[in-house]
Amino acid sequence: MERAGIAPRPFRKGDNMAKKKQLVENLVHGLFLLLGLITVGCVLLITLYLVVSGIPAIREIGLADFLFGRRWASTAAEPAYGILPFILTSIYGTAGAILIGVPLGFLCAVYLAKMAQPGIRNIMESAVSLLAGIPSVVYGLVGMLVLVPGIRRLFHVPDGASLLAAILVLAVMILPSIIKVSITALEAVPREYEEASLALGATPVETWFRVSVPAAKSGIAAAVVLGVGRAIGETMAVMMVSGNAPNMPDLFQSVRFLTTAVASEMAYSAGLQQQALFSIALVLFLFIMLINAALKAFLKGSKEG
Amino acid sequence: MKKTIALVLTVLMTLSVLSACGSNSAPAATQAPAAAPAEAAAEAPALSGSVSTDGSTSMEKVIGALGEAYEQKTGVTVTYNPTGSGSGIKAVGEGRCDIGLSSRALKDEEKASGLTQTILAYDGIAIIVNPANPINDLSLEQIAKVYTGEITNWSELGGDDAEIVLIGREAGSGTRDGFESITGTTDACQYRQELTSTGDVITTVAQNPNAIGYASLASVKDTVKALAVEGVTPSEETVKDGSYLVQRPFVLVTKEGVELSAAAQDFFNYITSTEANEIIAGAGVVSAN
Repeated sequence: MERAGIAPRPFRKGDNMAKKKQLVENLVHGLFLLLGLITVGCVLLITLYLVVSGIPAIREIGLADFLFGRRWASTAAEPAYGILPFILTSIYGTAGAILIGVPLGFLCAVYLAKMAQPGIRNIMESAVSLLAGIPSVVYGLVGMLVLVPGIRRLFHVPDGASLLAAILVLAVMILPSIIKVSITALEAVPREYEEASLALGATPVETWFRVSVPAAKSGIAAAVVLGVGRAIGETMAVMMVSGNAPNMPDLFQSVRFLTTAVASEMAYSAGLQQQALFSIALVLFLFIMLINAALKAFLKGSKEG
Repeated sequence: MKKTIALVLTVLMTLSVLSACGSNSAPAATQAPAAAPAEAAAEAPALSGSVSTDGSTSMEKVIGALGEAYEQKTGVTVTYNPTGSGSGIKAVGEGRCDIGLSSRALKDEEKASGLTQTILAYDGIAIIVNPANPINDLSLEQIAKVYTGEITNWSELGGDDAEIVLIGREAGSGTRDGFESITGTTDACQYRQELTSTGDVITTVAQNPNAIGYASLASVKDTVKALAVEGVTPSEETVKDGSYLVQRPFVLVTKEGVELSAAAQDFFNYITSTEANEIIAGAGVVSAN
């Protein structure tokens, strides 16, 4: 259409049009660049703020005392700021959620990608999407009202708010990301691989687990890392089911995560306590950066593989 | 060319839709502030400046609500510096603020240094257990022993044979600070759970038959049972007459012989009048007047 319109016009006018178009082109380019820079700017600003406000408390408390101290009593007459219980709780909690969530999510992804009939697959996939869309406070509420009393009765412990409750909630919360990324990875496996395997006499199940899964392994690894990222950063749901006492991690004890340590005390904090909370946020931020770097490495691997 | 026209039209239409949205919400937004200055202007000539308060962090909610209501009424701003009862009392003694806020009664030596106290309200803290718990009454000493971990089983208090689950509030909470200072368990409580709101404490205690917790008296509901302490059931009356022990006064501290500024005096009169009772009750404490 456009090309047909240009042809009959005098040469100069066409030239003008081209200039105008170039200008619009540049303007749009500039605008989009600006929008992009806003995102980058936000990340830089938050990073800078966390570092600037997180460092002073670490310097005052001492890095070793802060990271490896076993006692947290931020408002006591003689305050102690040791976050080892929080770090270990975050690591154990995430590991537990991965241990339960990954096999479940992974097998579900294999089923959906390879075995399920289209109708069933549609229904199940929308259920998974719905699971991803549930706000974390709802997970927390259900956990608090159903899971916590359930654990108390089932295991005959005095109180159900525990690391176990948090692990179970997190395991469910990370399912959607694991399932979705795993499905994408499994579907990216070239059809020829599977056909060759079937042609050689392997059964479908053998083909999926011996051919498709190994071929998709870096994508599946990326799914796991994504799940780790989601689990370690979760706050609200965990806060509602884990009891928040700064104990060393134990499956049936009330525990406090890195995220909940910041969230639960920030509202009334002041002075060194508040600075220490920023330092916790900084530690958490470093964890997340590490996980992101791992994710990137896996995704790169999956592209090359 | 056609494309350009279409583009321009699209942009125009989008803008008109957007501006329609804007014009809908705009009047609603401007109405509210417009009303406030008009109201303020009517009374403003008599009072000007601001009132500064300094002290107890536990009083944040009640002073915040009162300050806001007063500001809306007169246009005088009320500032609040949450530094803690001790520094609030010191600040008013040194003339660094108009009214000091303290969540404990003044000590004798503080009174001797020329400070006077006016009780604004009482903060009653209810000790709550699950309705299924057979225990109805505990002494202050028993409560302290339970929270410091000396008593760990309900059977030691005459209840069922079950481990006591201690529910408390997060560090820095005014209710926790009040409870621990009244029971003498500061920094010594062996909490099983540290929750971040009164509502969470009540929900948790309502679910666990072996739990004990504490919460602001005003927010206690039927889902939990408030224990009598030393034989006195908590209620507005028993808090007010002082027979219910787990309570503390919210005190306004002023300096004897130093006249308050007109605005500060007016604010003081306003918050100690019956007019402010509803706001004080709304902040979860029992008004003294």
